[in-house]
Amino acid sequence: MPFQSNVPPGELGEKWTKYRSSMPLVAPNNKRRIEVIIVGTGLAGGAAAATLGELGYNVKVFTFHDSPRRAHSIAAQGGINAAKNYQNDGDSVYRLFYDTIKGGDYRSREANVHRLAEVSVNIIDQAVAQGVPFAREYGGLLANRSFGGVQVSRTFYARGQTGQQLLLGAYQSLSRQVSLGNVTMYNRHEMVDVVKIDGKARGIIARNLLTGELERHAAHCVVLGTGGYGNVFYLSTNAMNSNGSAAWRAVKKGAYMANPCFTQIHPTCIPVSGEYQSKLTLMSESLRNDGRVWVPKNLEDAKAIREGRKTGVQIPEADRDYYLERRYPAFGNLVPRDVASRAAKTACDEGLGVSPTGLAVYLDFADAIQRYGKSRANTLNEHNPSDARIKELGTAVVAEKYGNLFEMYEKITGENPYVMPMKIYPAVHYTMGGLWVDYNLQTNVPGLFATGEANFSDHGANRLGASALMQGLADGYFVLPYTIGTFLANEIRTPAIDPNDAAFIEAEKGVADRIAQIMSIKGNQSAESYHRRLGKIMWEYCGMARNAEGLTKGRALIRELREDFYRDLFVPGTADEYNPELEKALRVADFLELGELMMLDALDRAESCGGHFREEYQTEDGEALRRDDEFAYVSAWEWDDNDPILHKEELIFENVELKTRSYK
Amino acid sequence: MGADNMKLTLKIWRQKSDKTKGQFQTYQVDDVSSHMSFLEMLDVLNEQLVAGKEEPVAFEHDCREGICGTCSLVINGYPHGPMQGTTTCQLHMRHFKDGDTITIEPWRSAAFPIVKDLVVNRDAFDRIIQAGGFISVNTGQAQDGNAIAIEKDVANEAMDAATCIGCGACVAACPNASAMLFTSAKVSHLAHMPQGKVEAAQRAQRMVAQHDAEGFGRCSNITACEAECPKEISVEHIARLNREYLSSSIGSDK
Repeated sequence: MPFQSNVPPGELGEKWTKYRSSMPLVAPNNKRRIEVIIVGTGLAGGAAAATLGELGYNVKVFTFHDSPRRAHSIAAQGGINAAKNYQNDGDSVYRLFYDTIKGGDYRSREANVHRLAEVSVNIIDQAVAQGVPFAREYGGLLANRSFGGVQVSRTFYARGQTGQQLLLGAYQSLSRQVSLGNVTMYNRHEMVDVVKIDGKARGIIARNLLTGELERHAAHCVVLGTGGYGNVFYLSTNAMNSNGSAAWRAVKKGAYMANPCFTQIHPTCIPVSGEYQSKLTLMSESLRNDGRVWVPKNLEDAKAIREGRKTGVQIPEADRDYYLERRYPAFGNLVPRDVASRAAKTACDEGLGVSPTGLAVYLDFADAIQRYGKSRANTLNEHNPSDARIKELGTAVVAEKYGNLFEMYEKITGENPYVMPMKIYPAVHYTMGGLWVDYNLQTNVPGLFATGEANFSDHGANRLGASALMQGLADGYFVLPYTIGTFLANEIRTPAIDPNDAAFIEAEKGVADRIAQIMSIKGNQSAESYHRRLGKIMWEYCGMARNAEGLTKGRALIRELREDFYRDLFVPGTADEYNPELEKALRVADFLELGELMMLDALDRAESCGGHFREEYQTEDGEALRRDDEFAYVSAWEWDDNDPILHKEELIFENVELKTRSYK
Repeated sequence: MGADNMKLTLKIWRQKSDKTKGQFQTYQVDDVSSHMSFLEMLDVLNEQLVAGKEEPVAFEHDCREGICGTCSLVINGYPHGPMQGTTTCQLHMRHFKDGDTITIEPWRSAAFPIVKDLVVNRDAFDRIIQAGGFISVNTGQAQDGNAIAIEKDVANEAMDAATCIGCGACVAACPNASAMLFTSAKVSHLAHMPQGKVEAAQRAQRMVAQHDAEGFGRCSNITACEAECPKEISVEHIARLNREYLSSSIGSDK
């Protein structure tokens, strides 16, 4: 099996430019004959499809959604990073690279991350040219804000809907290629297998979700831009239909899964309110620019709040613990997500939580409203404004910045966050792990590529805020369209792949058998109920804090649940019709295997780093204890139902010194 | 704090496919908490149906954060339900009372054929965008992002239009089943931006032609679309589309 990172030689800052200028190309006359399949239409898949279409390839794109515009990238709120240094605050490509490596707790590949930082600036230019309505300053130039884990202001945004606007930009470019006939779009088609011929990925089996029909689609290569697998936890900020199945099908065909245990728990989400809860809602990290996180200092106050005898506003300043500002003065409320999440957990574990469940902390805007109100009054030449007037002016400024997020909070909780501090708690948000890829974004299966959240490549053990949009678009617009040529340049003599090849027929039969098996169980329990139970096991044993004993137990529990699933699952309806319950059952079946691999990976990694916190490995004051001498590697797992095989890619740091991450 | 065990009667449109006739069916759901979202309430119903080996009600949803545009439903006659500026997924049960009867129907329009129950096919919207809802720029052709200054207010107005989630509530709300609010939101978003002005006239022509070809009705200024739009997109964008369309029809050699 090929297992090389294929990082080009040379100085870090010149690797990509030199490589890009010397890699093999596919001539226009050959591009027209070459077919590329792309699965997924989010930022990574959609941008790649549009760009490859522009380049002249024959592109087929698949999404299980009813339209490419629904991909979950659309829900990203806060922004997108780019090393533009428009604010003149000392930003640079190197600084973005360094922040990302450090933020990822030194578990990502230097060369990939530097390339990401290099192309970040092109993304903003491209999006502006597409008509993305980024926020502007009064002078008409692009506005920025700050995100966690950095000390510069490099995040570009479009209100709290940055993902939506960037996705619509990619979707519109994709639509243009569809209208030009360069891209064929398959809505409501779910990839259910990858097809390999002579070891190379040559197509997919897709299920037409309207009719249940299985279809064979052939191409010279296959790109998966199918997102992350956070929904393995059942409750997460992911969309309901986000799933890990495309990636997992690739794993079952021999692709390696890298760092599967690296999960991002986002610190600012609306807390769980009941058993019926179907998903969790994120409150953008951008809120930590102005919101202050706190819990009461005294257990009695916290208890009174939980029991509804007191509210947050009644707790005097002296009795509040702004614990992030206290513990991390250099970064304060803008520490990275993993640090902020663990700190919230610690506070709640100590009994200081402020919701009836005990699992919530405050995110408070009262100070920001005061600060902005005074500044605005000053601008308006209003001297000695009343308290009410300051509040009014300040509220208006906060509403302009975060209005849609505040509205969303109020719709969900029924509480007004301009008056009462928001209640937040960490929730599963993103998966840094994903399909193992080399520098070309190619998996260990030749001809099979993975982009965006579906791959593992850039974020190490923790992703910084506003970097997911950056990576998805970098991969889709500016990396894959070049690197895919390294594979395709050797395929110009390969005739069109035949979808009637024995490999396709066999793969299709395999899928049909799998579906028949699921349908034939005819037990008593819904796919949803299994998913919910799996989520509870994952959260309990592979969540914000993990230990060897729990992980071992968790793995066993998942195995039991999987056995029960194949014994007592009930899927209503039939396989040859529109059947969302069957779609769900197939995805849950894959999550049951993926979840087990996550437990195993977390067990193997006997250190704490980024989002992976092993209780056995912490410093005296409860910070993550990394063990670079033993664990500076990417774990790349080859699936085997009894005993998955671990391959290690050593991480070599030539440009940054491995340090204990400090945000103090 | 709201009630925790509301009892509701649901009258839900059931239809096997676009080739069969549909009808309303009545269901009872108990133990509905006021903290649930409307779709979580339907999840509870579906769990109940599956437990009884019945076919669950098909409805579409995905992000449940009001941004992906997947969810729909006409609730008691209102697209996305009775709350202004709210998608169905963001509608919560605290706005209903114990004992309520709730009627739930799909979007109804000839251009949105029924897939099953409450699910419709909205491919027509994709084809309207494909007709011209973009700026013709290839990857890599862009100049520096700050090369063109855009007035803050102009960018804000463009953003107001661009915020459309493509859910189709405007069509469901319109007695003519017109998709003019959807079409105009994209025309207006791009026409506001200096980058989008070059193709503005052609864009309006092509998108309107596709809109008509899909079988959506004409706009007769009833403005129900604006009232029901979960993103509160203004009918002013339709006026803007009309301006672009007229100016491109008069004195144009295209």
